[in-house]
Amino acid sequence: MNKNLFVSGHTACAGCGQSMAARLVIDASGPNTIIVNNTGCLEVFSTKYPESAWEVPFIHSLFENCSAVASGVESALKFLNKKEGINVIAQAGDGGTADIGLQALSGMLERGHDILFVCYDNEAYMNTGVQRSGLTPFNSNTTTSPAGSKSFGNLRPKKAMPEIAVAHGIPYVATASVAFPQDIQRKVKKAFSIKGPKYMQIHVPCPLGWRHESALTLSVAKAAVDTGLYPLFEYENGQLSAVRKLSQAKPVEEYLKMQGRFKHLMGAAEEIKKVQEIADGNIKKYGLRDQISGN
Amino acid sequence: MKEFVEGSHAVAEIVRLCKPGVVSAYPITPQTHIVEDLAQFVSDGKLAAQAVNVESEHSAASVVLGASATGVRSYTATSSQGLFYMFEVLFNISGMRLPVVMTCAARAISAPINIWNDHQDAVSLRDSGWIQLHAEDIQEAVDMHLIAYKLAENKSVMLPVMVCMDGFILTHGIETVDIPEQALVDSFLPPYAAPYKLDPAAPITMGPLVDPDSYMETRYAMQETHKQVLDLIPGITAEFAKTFGRQYNGLVEGYHIEDAERVIVAIGSVCGTIKEVIDEFRAKGKKIGLLKVSCLRPFPAQQIYDALKGVAKVAVIDRALSVGSTAPLASEVKAAFFGKKKAPSVISSFVVGLGGRDITKDSIREVVKLLNGRERNGEFIDLKPELLKESYE
Repeated sequence: MNKNLFVSGHTACAGCGQSMAARLVIDASGPNTIIVNNTGCLEVFSTKYPESAWEVPFIHSLFENCSAVASGVESALKFLNKKEGINVIAQAGDGGTADIGLQALSGMLERGHDILFVCYDNEAYMNTGVQRSGLTPFNSNTTTSPAGSKSFGNLRPKKAMPEIAVAHGIPYVATASVAFPQDIQRKVKKAFSIKGPKYMQIHVPCPLGWRHESALTLSVAKAAVDTGLYPLFEYENGQLSAVRKLSQAKPVEEYLKMQGRFKHLMGAAEEIKKVQEIADGNIKKYGLRDQISGN
Repeated sequence: MKEFVEGSHAVAEIVRLCKPGVVSAYPITPQTHIVEDLAQFVSDGKLAAQAVNVESEHSAASVVLGASATGVRSYTATSSQGLFYMFEVLFNISGMRLPVVMTCAARAISAPINIWNDHQDAVSLRDSGWIQLHAEDIQEAVDMHLIAYKLAENKSVMLPVMVCMDGFILTHGIETVDIPEQALVDSFLPPYAAPYKLDPAAPITMGPLVDPDSYMETRYAMQETHKQVLDLIPGITAEFAKTFGRQYNGLVEGYHIEDAERVIVAIGSVCGTIKEVIDEFRAKGKKIGLLKVSCLRPFPAQQIYDALKGVAKVAVIDRALSVGSTAPLASEVKAAFFGKKKAPSVISSFVVGLGGRDITKDSIREVVKLLNGRERNGEFIDLKPELLKESYE
């Protein structure tokens, strides 16, 4: 086993799902890795000068350009004939991936760079104080999609980011959850066994933004998977190749009631039903209860 | 070897000879011929670089940022809106002290959209930390790219350099240009050895969060480096002259300035037109000269003061605006004399050739004529009054 490449002493909040996932990703990738990070919580809490939590080469440039900077890193390594044996990771939060970073990400995927893009999806702009992003779920209460007398919060479901990645014709796309650490590491290793652009989206609860006890991070993340709201799947060469099966899907209310961001839905049966329909749609779409081989 | 070539092709040739490892750019008129030629060089095996065809200028600048941070000589080129789309990345490249070289095919800014030459794009980047060189002709544009890499990669500099050449006038103009031999280029510009880079064998963190405890020092360091660059450039141009046989001051260059009573200060290709007009005046015994500013950043205030302190009247020509204030070059030339004992009695400011309006010899004669009168502040030359009458009332 590698030594930890993302070391303690950083300033993440207690129970931060992103910091756990980031450590799992880099430890699975190993020391011969270069990380390019968009602006966001992860970069802020791990690189406050003069300290750094990273034991691998790490560069942060801007909010939206990690995919392009990583493309430059990868191209430079190719020019130096050093790409073989060095993993390049571009990583960002959900806003830096699905909103402001989408154009650069699309360019990176389309050009075929040998890079793993990791989206740490905590479903809002947490670094700036819980504003909604394109990956904020339906009916979630954020500071820019607040629930009120005429609104139940965020008006739209999550952007289908993994499918957008798949549509680029890239060889590997996977979702994962911090509740399943071994699954994250298996997928990172699998990604790096494949040449070309790879996309991973990891569900990482944010206790501050989702308003749950910091000790509950993994339970909340697991409930998202168990309800079908955060399906875990892999696409290889455009085909759905594996899913995490649900022997019995939990009702979404069990997930929603754990979090302050959905508190306003409690008692609003119609609104909970709409969220249940999203989970049911996922279960059907990805065959989470079908008899296909899965992980 | 001397060739009769288009400016863009000449620049592409010199960039090829500088052996960048990563080239990334996005098409924008009038920069496109440069990157098309570089792409062809790569396809023909004449340039070993990775050419990255990005989806925007923002990503072009980000790609060369990443490549330079990995220790590889990198190149990009853009113009106008493309330069503005790069804006935050350019501040990032200089802040991270990465020696990227970029060609700016200087062009007007939208709205209204206009693809022709002025200096508003480059001049608007003057606070970015990039060293900014401006070429008068194609040969100078070619040579400035060599000087740019030499300067950028100097261990005591480590800052990006922008070589500005007037869009169309120089990018699409054709001149006889001396493209140096590879061996000479190699002797002047050895391979880039990065003092810091992303390398798993020796991990570093680049682009950290820097709070009020340390941020100011990073900006101070850049400011101090720019001061040093003013001292370094003459040494580099001297070495350049020794290698290639062409002399440049690198900061400011005078033309008939020694005994001049009236001097025009200008940037870029308009200096050629000004020289012709000066020749005509000189033939009539009029003591008029030119001070060409080759380096806008760092701003050579002391050199400008020294060159103009004994001159009676100075006309500063700007091909850009700082809307709501004094034109950019005029403002800095005037500041060079503030609090000094010697100064011209008049420093008049003229705005000429915006959005590619032709700057003719008559335009320059008009500047000289107006310089005889009261001091002018941002006087527009060649305005069409009939176009100013339209209104929405």
